[in-house]
Amino acid sequence: MIGEGLQSSNQRKHSYVRDNVEVGFFTDPTVCIGCKACEVACKEWNHVPDDGFTWTGNSYDNTGHLGASTWRHVMFLEQDRQKGSQITGPMSLGDHDPFRWVFLSDVCKHCEEAGCLEACPTGSIVRTETGTVFVQDDVCNGCGYCVVSCPFGVIDRRPTPLPDAGGAFKCTFCYDRQKSGLVPACAKVCPTESIVFGRLDDLRTRAKERVQHLQGLGYNDAQLYDPLETSVRGIHAFFLILGEPEAYGLPPKPQVPTIYLESAWTAAFATAIASLIVTLLAFAFSS
Amino acid sequence: MDTSASEQRLEQLREKAWQEGVVPGRGVDVAGGPIPRKPGYYGEPVVKPPVWTWEVPLYFFFGGIGGMSAVIAFGAVLFDHVDLARAAMWTAAIAGAVLSPILLIMDLGRPHRFLNMLRVFKHRSAMSMGAWILTAFGACAVAGLIALELHAHQISPGTLNQLLSFAAGIFIFGAAIFGTLLATYTGVLIGATAIPAWFLHRTLLPIHFGTAGLGSAAAVLELMGHRIPALNFLGFYAAAVETALLIWLSVAKHGAADRAIHEHGSGWFIRIGEILTGPLALILRFFGFIPWAAISFLVGALVSRMGWIAVGKVSGSDPESVFAAERY
Repeated sequence: MIGEGLQSSNQRKHSYVRDNVEVGFFTDPTVCIGCKACEVACKEWNHVPDDGFTWTGNSYDNTGHLGASTWRHVMFLEQDRQKGSQITGPMSLGDHDPFRWVFLSDVCKHCEEAGCLEACPTGSIVRTETGTVFVQDDVCNGCGYCVVSCPFGVIDRRPTPLPDAGGAFKCTFCYDRQKSGLVPACAKVCPTESIVFGRLDDLRTRAKERVQHLQGLGYNDAQLYDPLETSVRGIHAFFLILGEPEAYGLPPKPQVPTIYLESAWTAAFATAIASLIVTLLAFAFSS
Repeated sequence: MDTSASEQRLEQLREKAWQEGVVPGRGVDVAGGPIPRKPGYYGEPVVKPPVWTWEVPLYFFFGGIGGMSAVIAFGAVLFDHVDLARAAMWTAAIAGAVLSPILLIMDLGRPHRFLNMLRVFKHRSAMSMGAWILTAFGACAVAGLIALELHAHQISPGTLNQLLSFAAGIFIFGAAIFGTLLATYTGVLIGATAIPAWFLHRTLLPIHFGTAGLGSAAAVLELMGHRIPALNFLGFYAAAVETALLIWLSVAKHGAADRAIHEHGSGWFIRIGEILTGPLALILRFFGFIPWAAISFLVGALVSRMGWIAVGKVSGSDPESVFAAERY
């Protein structure tokens, strides 16, 4: 936390991998300044190629969305709503109406029940010692099934002619850094500790306190985005958000697609048996 | 305040943007205006649309034909239609054991690693199950075809020929069992995903893919000249089920959540495909235009497979569909 200096969980060395401690990211937009240092640090450390320089016209966001070559994405929301107890006046848009600019650094959620991991037919996607979800690039054959199985639209197949094209990529939670006791690159560089890395249980407690604190300051629509009640059963990279999740492009009730398997397979087996019986009947009655 | 013409124009644009949320025209079209009014985050997709290209609908098509041809071959073997059984097994082997794997491998981002599909067995991954089903089907279909052909050509002495006949029966039975799964699992594959228009129809999809496969297999064999009542019956059955599915699809609408099926170009693909496999094939067959009914069904089965992939791309790119589906 800010003020802890080198003793902050974002700065000190750790042994979470060796000790099998569940880790997480807690991302807090109320202290984010939209500097995009997390995006840059992620790209640099992980050698993530650029995926085009395009102007979206969407506020200061020219990154667009998470993908195979974008593992951190700072969102810039412009909302006609009040931010905390901010005083609105002639300087805000529309002269007197409330206006707020919200920044949130989006990342792979590292689900407790991960759609990509369940879907992967090669076993390339695995869960690490710290509970995060990791794609082994040397195993992935690029089938693309994880892409449609992620309820958050995070993982994607990298197109040619980018380096290592054809495989599926997403945030690794800096597994390589974690194994050496280092903090993930994005959290390490975050100048305001909007991204906090640490033990998952610590972070959840800290996040609850933060929401209460903000509500006390007048941020009435501050809430945690951590879908514990859905089939995703919680995420390792969770967020504090102001307002509804939809505005951040976050699904309000994400579900891991494996919950649809039972009804789909039932229909498949019923069709399989019906086809066999009908075919045999067709021959039996016409012979 | 500076009242130059450009400043005034800027003020006008701001005013218009404030009132309507969007400023039309090039150069000033800041998407959604200063305050975004697009659904979600600047209308960005919430889930990722499928990356699959033309190989996948074609694989669904040939997988369906191959798988269900083995079922017809099994029926033909049991009821002594030897020529039909041989034609059906050739169809099963070519469509299901040769074309299907080639298409599936071509679609991979890294085709040279296709064998990694058989690295693990995950019953909760429809893609993994599909890879194993295709492998088992391919083995049974090729072995069944070889045994059947050797038996039919009577090149081996009596007891060995008996053995070949027995082996052909076993392998063709295996191919029929895995064939029904090969034709239907593809519905589970796209039904158990995060794409709203797909998962909302996860019970319809395996029924549609399986039945379209059965009808297509019968149609291919009819076009090869095997005009027997059994195949005609299967053609009627498949077209009738497809007609029922067309009605189901038009009744069980989910509003914005599955609008990709009912609106957009992708919706037309589905509708044209379903009409060709359903009502049109049924009418043509009823009036005895069997080859035309077979062609109509085959074209419809291919078009609707392409339609379902197109629907996935539209639905996956539509943030409102995802939000609407989750409100159910």
